[in-house]
Amino acid sequence: MPGRRRSGRLLGAAAALAAAGAAAFWLATAPRRPDPALTAGLQGDAARGALVFRVGGCAACHAAPGAEPAERPVLSGGRRFVTPFGTFTAPNVSPHPEAGIGAWSLQDFAAAMLRGVGRDGRHLYPAFPYVSYARMTPQDVADLWAWMRALPPSDSRPPGHDLPFPFNIRRGLGLWKLLALDPSWVVDVPADDALAMRGRYLVEGPGHCAECHTPRNALGVLDRARWLQGAPNPDGPGVVPDITPGPKGIGGWSEEDIAWYLESGFTPDYDSVGGSMAEVVRNLSGLPKEDLRAIAAYLKAVPPSP
Amino acid sequence: MRMITRLAVAAVAAGGMAAAALAANDSAPADLNDPVSVRQHMMKNVGGSMKLLAGMVKGEAPYDARVAEAAFRAMNNAALGLGAFFPPGSDAGETEASPKIWQDMAGFKAAIGAFARDTAAAAAARPADLDAFKPVFGKVAGNCKSCHEAWRVKKE
Ligand code: HEC
Ligand code: HEC
Ligand code: HEC
Repeated sequence: MPGRRRSGRLLGAAAALAAAGAAAFWLATAPRRPDPALTAGLQGDAARGALVFRVGGCAACHAAPGAEPAERPVLSGGRRFVTPFGTFTAPNVSPHPEAGIGAWSLQDFAAAMLRGVGRDGRHLYPAFPYVSYARMTPQDVADLWAWMRALPPSDSRPPGHDLPFPFNIRRGLGLWKLLALDPSWVVDVPADDALAMRGRYLVEGPGHCAECHTPRNALGVLDRARWLQGAPNPDGPGVVPDITPGPKGIGGWSEEDIAWYLESGFTPDYDSVGGSMAEVVRNLSGLPKEDLRAIAAYLKAVPPSP
Repeated sequence: MRMITRLAVAAVAAGGMAAAALAANDSAPADLNDPVSVRQHMMKNVGGSMKLLAGMVKGEAPYDARVAEAAFRAMNNAALGLGAFFPPGSDAGETEASPKIWQDMAGFKAAIGAFARDTAAAAAARPADLDAFKPVFGKVAGNCKSCHEAWRVKKE
């Protein structure tokens, strides 16, 4: 029966296509490390790395819960993050060779920071904000690495994550990363505005401001159309405010007001910073003033909320 | 309750007068029957004192030791009175006070105590010049951050 044969062939073709599609999909969602050439031969400068570390806010998540702020924090991990996908626990990223990441190479570290890939080659969870860190320059990664290696080691072994199926399958993150890991810039800034360009780098990259200030869709992907327009507070009641120049945002703040807030924690009407932003300000207050002005210039260039 | 109201008037008057004398205070008067309104008013006055001090830190106004002392005293007054205005049940409505306050009142009172101690010490320190003043200012400002970090939630 010719008709039968034809549909049989069609089915076969469809199956082959599906198999090819599945294979392509499997490949497309596989963990991929960056090209080793990206960081090969780079010399890290620990003093510069200390500033990158502040902007990145690494200690906020990786220091032991309740640890006092320190010049050289112990990144023993253990802080827990309760999310709609389950409970994550920050790992030990101190330079301890077994309990921490002391045995890692710069290439291993760059794979985690820029691609969200662990040393064992598996996908990392985006509770680690690599979606933003992916925009960092290789030199900043190398400097940060030099500083990380100069921090005190800790042999603490925090418990693993507590995640229900299917979120406990790391391989499944590949699909999420296809949707969410896009290191292109979000906001257009005039190329000749060096200050706002620097600000964009700090905010969209290592500063990962959008991870708190931008709402997410149901899959947990940052909504670029509502960039920095405010979001529910992940830590409990309240909100993370809109920081665009829109009417509900900080349009009434001058660039100087914004830079002073980031340095001192005081708003123009002398309310004081609080919540999870207090630690961000403690970190940013140690940056060169020029960088705070750069962040302010960028925040003025962000499209305002309606 | 009457006692509390009288305390409120005293605290607001003390804090308010000093702050009003120092900074232009254009906010609406507190509703003295409403502890939320009273504590927010006290906090606004604290903000007014801080604004004045920050102006000197930023170089917008010359450093004046008398202004510094008066502003620290105004804040200390507020710190001494503040604790009375977080009665049970005042966690609802138009407040940004964290619900954690009523789960751990002792912890919150300790934060108020530290604020009272640091503002008293700052007022007594009478720093001679701007360089000596800056760390004193920083110590007091650290109280704003750490208390708002643990005990206050932004709602808008
Ligand atoms: C918002 C919290 C948060 C911040 C901020 C953060 N991390 Fe993490 N980090 C995590 C979590 C959670 C994980 C675990 C991810 C996983 O298991 O897939 C992690 C994983 C890592 C890993 C992989 C560790 C391993 O054993 O595989 C490294 C390396 C790391 N972070 C370094 C950093 C550095 C450097 C910074 C600052 C630039 C930083 N993190 C900032 C939460 C955070
Ligand atoms: C860990 C989450 C988090 C990160 C990361 C974060 N913020 Fe915030 N931010 C907040 C919260 C929460 C507030 C509200 C603070 C409060 O309660 O006083 C806030 C407040 C602010 C405000 C004041 C807004 C207002 O209306 O009072 C500004 C400006 C701001 N953030 C800028 C930034 C910038 C710039 C960055 C990146 C360098 C950043 N934030 C990173 C959580 C965060
Ligand atoms: C011991 C804790 C504590 C300390 C210290 C503290 N605050 Fe507050 N502050 C609060 C709480 C709680 C609220 C929220 C009150 C409410 O909404 O009911 C608040 C609210 C505010 C407000 C908003 C008031 C309003 O309009 O509703 C301002 C402004 C403010 N604080 C300024 C400051 C400044 C400036 C400092 C430091 C000099 C400071 N606070 C120190 C606990 C504190």
